[in-house]
Amino acid sequence: MRKFTQHTGIAAPLDRANVDTDMIIPKQFLKSIKRAGFGPNLFDELRYLDEGQPDQDCANRPLNPDFVLNQARYQGTSVLLARENFGCGSSREHAPWALDDFGIRAVIAPSFADIFYNNCFKNGLLPIVLPEAQVDQLFKEVEASEGYELTVDLERQVVVTPSGEAFAFEVDNFRKHCLLNGLDDIGLTLQHADEIKAYEARRRQEAPWLFDAIK
Amino acid sequence: MAAKTLYDKLWDAHLVRQNEDGSALIYIDRQILHEVTSPQAFEGLRLAGRKPWRIDANLATPDHNVPTTERAGGVDEIVDPVSRIQVKTLDANCDEFGITEFKMNDQRQGIVHVVGPEQGMTLPGTTVVCGDSHTSTHGAFGALAHGIGTSEVEHVLATQCLIAKKMKNMLVRVDGELGAGVTAKDVVLHIIGVIGTAGGTGYAIEFGGSAIRSISMEGRMTICNMAIEAGARVGLVAVDDTTIEYFRGRPFSPSAEQWDAAAAAWKELVSDEGAQFDTVVEIKAEEIQPQVTWGTSPEMVAPINALVPNPDAESDPVKADGIRRALQYMGLEADQKITDIQLDRVFIGSCTNSRIEDLRAAAEVVKGRKVAANVKQALVVPGSGLVKAQAEAEGLDKVFIEAGLEWREPGCSMCLAMNPDKLGQGEHCASTSNRNFEGRQGFGGRTHLVSPAMAAAAAVTGHFTDVRELMQ
Repeated sequence: MRKFTQHTGIAAPLDRANVDTDMIIPKQFLKSIKRAGFGPNLFDELRYLDEGQPDQDCANRPLNPDFVLNQARYQGTSVLLARENFGCGSSREHAPWALDDFGIRAVIAPSFADIFYNNCFKNGLLPIVLPEAQVDQLFKEVEASEGYELTVDLERQVVVTPSGEAFAFEVDNFRKHCLLNGLDDIGLTLQHADEIKAYEARRRQEAPWLFDAIK
Repeated sequence: MAAKTLYDKLWDAHLVRQNEDGSALIYIDRQILHEVTSPQAFEGLRLAGRKPWRIDANLATPDHNVPTTERAGGVDEIVDPVSRIQVKTLDANCDEFGITEFKMNDQRQGIVHVVGPEQGMTLPGTTVVCGDSHTSTHGAFGALAHGIGTSEVEHVLATQCLIAKKMKNMLVRVDGELGAGVTAKDVVLHIIGVIGTAGGTGYAIEFGGSAIRSISMEGRMTICNMAIEAGARVGLVAVDDTTIEYFRGRPFSPSAEQWDAAAAAWKELVSDEGAQFDTVVEIKAEEIQPQVTWGTSPEMVAPINALVPNPDAESDPVKADGIRRALQYMGLEADQKITDIQLDRVFIGSCTNSRIEDLRAAAEVVKGRKVAANVKQALVVPGSGLVKAQAEAEGLDKVFIEAGLEWREPGCSMCLAMNPDKLGQGEHCASTSNRNFEGRQGFGGRTHLVSPAMAAAAAVTGHFTDVRELMQ
């Protein structure tokens, strides 16, 4: 997995609550069997005026000029500001894959849906929860000033504004450790293979009906 | 010993390792695989040169992409080339790794969350995961079940474990007696309306109370299925005799020799007297009416005889803005009657409502009636080949066809429109599925979530109708 240590980039405000994973990447694009290439279809129904099809060249599609990421001042956005319950809905990991492929490195919101939040960490994308009032302040600042950039420092667990104001955020130690070092979860878990085997032997004794039944 | 909730018991029983930082390794008894969220996981295994940890913990079936029209021609005749590749990739991966799969034309094929319990793959006291958020369905059996992303699908394949953090406990207690025409779907839509679409975030929700205990296993699955629409990855119902009886004689259930020991263990799967929940929500069953969603989030729901809300009456500006945006997308006016909403299509199916009991409830309403002239299409999509066969044995297919509904092959179908079953732009659909998000059932489509009986009532009247009026 790619490491995340510190990142500075243009922030864009996506001002709506309950942005669901269907909105982040609509279902017709989930038919791909790859992990890459979802970026052009990120927020497809908000971003374009026509209905998107898989394997279509998006370069000539009509853009929705009202959509924030289509506006000139937000080109090159890598930090997304969002509202509550971002990423609700399906478990599709295509949602963080699409954000990542588009170039988003961090999403800041007052709350995230659980599965989406978890999926981000598996893909080097950092979801940051800040109190609603602070997110509100960031929305106001980014809208007021073109070229507004935020710095996200995972080591120090802070988001820093252009004026130097720093907002602290919480992150689970294990996830932080994996992200800072770009560690592969599976490799880490397999270091405990003996414990898994011991558990399994015990379970086989206690609930033998759970073994060798599915054939 | 301290009193434990059902969730605490399930968590403790699967704990392989507790790390000091609060994360834990939990053991996964069962994984269900489908074609959309597994290809990258299998690819990951291959790239790392890893093998599945335990083949017999996995079961696969294609459901999201499969056509629901005639498909005797097999996978090669799936018209959409990308769908075809995805289904073929699942077949090839399962063959390569030796995983049991019910392929598209196997009679046991169907929607993962219908097939798992139907086969006795899901059992009380198990941990069940799948790369699909509606895995919460399986919690109806006292199993710890939740959706995971594709990286975790790979992690479970490779290690039989998940890195997890314990959730908080919520109890939603529904006491009393449900009125006639009020179903499990109405119960869960009502609950989501009360606690909100993020109300359960970070929680495992146990549904309890006398009304829940009186509901069948099919209905309990409907309720747990939509726990995720309240933000909770996990929904649970305590084990009782209804649960245990459900598993007698199913293909992957305990053998006759194992049965008594299994049933005795399952009986322990209830929250102890005095167990502490972080949050308790109490609901009176008598207050629940048949529900219809009017907006673009499952919490945007109202009783059938209510009016579409008015954003001007909402004091929270973010919420008022959400209502305005939803009404615009849905093409509805504030304060209009729900019963005045005209329908273009009706969809009866999905992992929420495609089991035999759902089909019986819908058939009872449409029997001797005809689909209204303004309804272009009314689909009935059974949840599995076995549900389809059962329905046909009961003659339900004929009831639907005579009333003018289409009787289809099993799959996810119009719930998420990855196959050819979808809404046209601006079309209103009475749907028994679980999500009314923008574009969910087709670009520009307008979804209203309802119970099977309410969808059937809408099909034959052409607009939302209180099904209780048709039952008299």
